[in-house]
Amino acid sequence: MNSLILRTASVYLHPLLLVFSVFLLLRGHNEPGGGFVGGLVAAAAFCLQMIAFDVQTARRMLGADPRLLVALGLLMAVVAGLFPLLGGKPFLTGIWFDLSLLGMTKIHLGSPLLFDLGVYNVVIGVTLLLVFSFAEEEESP
Amino acid sequence: MFWALTSLFLIAAITPALYRRLPHHIGWVLALAPLSFFLLLTRYLPAAMQGEPIREVLVWAPVLAISFSFYMDGLALLFAFLISGIGVLVTIYAGGYLHDDPRAPRFLCALLIFMGAMLGVVLSDNLIALFIFWELTSFSSYLLIGHYHEKDQARTSALQALLVTGAGGLFLMAGLVIMGVAGGSFELSEIRNGGLSLAEHPHYRGILFLVLMGAFTKSAQAPFHFWLPRAMEAPSPASAYLHSSTMVKAGIYLLARMSPTLGGTTEWTTVVTAVGALTMVMAASMALKQTVLKPLLAYTTVGALGTMTMLLGVGTPLAVKAAMAFLLAHAFYKACLFLVAGVIDHEAGEKDTGKLGGLRTSMPIIATAGILAALSMAGLPPFFGFIGKEIVYEAALPGVLLAIMAVYASLFFLIVAYLTGVRPFIGAVKETPKHPHDPPASMWLGPVVLGVAGLFFGLFPGLAAKWVVGPASSAVLDTLTPVKLYLWHGINLPLMLSVLTLILAVVVFHFRDRLLSRTAALPRLAAAAGSEKVYFTLLNGLLAFARWQTRMLQNGRLRYYMMVIIGFTIAVVGYSIFGRGLMPVVSLANHEWRFYELILIALMVISVLAAVRSSSRLGAIAALGVVGYGVAVIFVLFGAPDLAMTQVVIETLTLVLLVLAFYHLPGFVQFGTRSKAVVSRDVVFSVGIGLVMTVLVLFAIDLPFHSTISEYFLANAVDGAHGRNIVNVILVDFRAIDTLGEITVLALAGVGGYALLKLKLNARKEPDL
Repeated sequence: MNSLILRTASVYLHPLLLVFSVFLLLRGHNEPGGGFVGGLVAAAAFCLQMIAFDVQTARRMLGADPRLLVALGLLMAVVAGLFPLLGGKPFLTGIWFDLSLLGMTKIHLGSPLLFDLGVYNVVIGVTLLLVFSFAEEEESP
Repeated sequence: MFWALTSLFLIAAITPALYRRLPHHIGWVLALAPLSFFLLLTRYLPAAMQGEPIREVLVWAPVLAISFSFYMDGLALLFAFLISGIGVLVTIYAGGYLHDDPRAPRFLCALLIFMGAMLGVVLSDNLIALFIFWELTSFSSYLLIGHYHEKDQARTSALQALLVTGAGGLFLMAGLVIMGVAGGSFELSEIRNGGLSLAEHPHYRGILFLVLMGAFTKSAQAPFHFWLPRAMEAPSPASAYLHSSTMVKAGIYLLARMSPTLGGTTEWTTVVTAVGALTMVMAASMALKQTVLKPLLAYTTVGALGTMTMLLGVGTPLAVKAAMAFLLAHAFYKACLFLVAGVIDHEAGEKDTGKLGGLRTSMPIIATAGILAALSMAGLPPFFGFIGKEIVYEAALPGVLLAIMAVYASLFFLIVAYLTGVRPFIGAVKETPKHPHDPPASMWLGPVVLGVAGLFFGLFPGLAAKWVVGPASSAVLDTLTPVKLYLWHGINLPLMLSVLTLILAVVVFHFRDRLLSRTAALPRLAAAAGSEKVYFTLLNGLLAFARWQTRMLQNGRLRYYMMVIIGFTIAVVGYSIFGRGLMPVVSLANHEWRFYELILIALMVISVLAAVRSSSRLGAIAALGVVGYGVAVIFVLFGAPDLAMTQVVIETLTLVLLVLAFYHLPGFVQFGTRSKAVVSRDVVFSVGIGLVMTVLVLFAIDLPFHSTISEYFLANAVDGAHGRNIVNVILVDFRAIDTLGEITVLALAGVGGYALLKLKLNARKEPDL
């Protein structure tokens, strides 16, 4: 597509959407959101780039092969499940701890976040894997 | 123990990376893993020798009674020593054997996975964990047999081994589950110590049948013996390791392990003894026809497994001791001879025993190892094989028929020992395709160690008896039984039988050709009506059925797929709702209608009609998009912001995908030209599914919630899972394993779709909707 308005807008929208997707991911545990919808928003952000420019640009901005993201996401989810085994707890038990940042503020972190991050990556990976492949078919029939 | 076992799998995972760093010494480096495991095992030996084995538990899924519990008794240690000890030698050997094969890391990786799985089988106390490791051995064996996957024969053999042992695995799983329920525990040691005799349980025969099916398929007992000789397509290290000394003995292990729990009954004695004896005789006879090194060894392996099965069926203390001693002897000489066969094939390029001779001058080290192992296999003093055979005779003697069968089998073992371990090395030098020479140290170390071990334990049988055979027999018999093994028993009946075996073997070998031509009809009969024929008939039948069914259901037209799915849904769901005369109670009387709800509904109805009436595809999709966003708004209105957000993004992405797919779709021409019949058929399907889904949803609202579950989630979300958004807490914590399954499915669907796109099926451009 060749629309100056869309291109200009997408340059500004892209980082906003990505920040929003991470925001959704992180707040998911307490407020509406989560890895799934966050991943979809991030995928949509890259789809926007793809429509405004082309697949190569979108791929370049993603920086990683979508297939890698899928594998990475599954790995993260499994690792999040394996953590509790170290402490002798059953697979996928949530492990929580407080991380203090330079003694200033405390962050409450848990293995479910890693799990959700895995979901996030799988969703981005699968969506973009399919969208990009479709779009490439179109560009080079 | 858990971590030691896990580390084997982890090392398997990094094997390809290690190979890139150290392609030339990979076997030596990787062998450190089984070596350290072997040393670790020795720490458990003293306790096992005193009859107080150590048990280690790591809880896995307590609700399902699954745990990684390991029970290091004499039986487990005997097998574990063999697996890790021979594992060291085979890993080193494999590094040398495959040094110029670029697929070596894959082979070594599968070999280590197999090793870990096999150790898991013999050490596990938990029935479910045992089964999981059991299946892992089948799976890794498939990869190892099919290593030369460009060969059609290798693929067929690998698949055959997988299907036969896998089918047996399913029987075993059913048997183990029933056994766990019947025994009141999924820990084998608890079932044994519980004092509860499973023999009197009403399901005893069922359990016995299912467990025996698992054991017999794995240990290649008749009539499932056929996969093992075929598995010789595997590279020699795999044959030596899996198909002589370890994996095929998993079935023997299972029989030994189960004999305190399931053994001792008439059913056990009859079936196990008969199957074992039959296998022993049949396989030994079939070996005579072979001339190629590895098949010769394979058939005698089946025969030896039959011997062990038979002895475990007899089940007297003497028979159990004999089984354990014979198992040890067999593991040494058979693994050695397989490795020697591999060296001969590798260095001389010839594997037909008739075309080999005089190799002793060109490969003296291998010749020594081969002859040592062959003498042990032949059951000649002072080798451990002699002790093993003597005690087998002694144990079989009370049943005259069994003794005759044992002698019969032994004489064939003796002939095969001569053919595979002696004849290639003696006599006149024969021309071989390659110039033979002794292999590098990595490839002679294994055969030499195993060959010498057979001699060493023959000279010092007391050590074998005290360290492994005794504790193992005690574990099988479930009482502390000291075992004494002697090289020299005095002149008694077993010794006479040994002499008789030797004489008969010479006679049979002399008249071998005549014997084979007289009995030539038997192999033909087996090929026409044997169990392998049954296997192929079943397999081909299944494939033909699958092809037929695929042709019927998956004809490549999307609308028929949709019709099948929708039709079945209407029929099944509709029947279970309307078939019972149920109707949902819906009352909108209490609902306060707000104007925006009405507008929303009107909008959605209009867009549905627009989608149906639309004459352009883009129009129809846009109209459906409106419906989708409408649903999202409804989610917002009724307090499900998570769902609404997801719905909005999904709608958007679906639209993007559809727009991309447009390019590949044929023109939108057929809608205008459809006949009345087609239109009414489509109307029936769409109205039907709409109706069924509506009623289903109304029912779902009608049903009372399982309040205990929601209350549990509400109560524990903040305290237990540290989250206030219950939807998300359910997804990532309470029901995380479901989510894990879902993202796995999602990933597979993504990869599948990707593969389909890359196949460019659309190149055919069939006009279709």
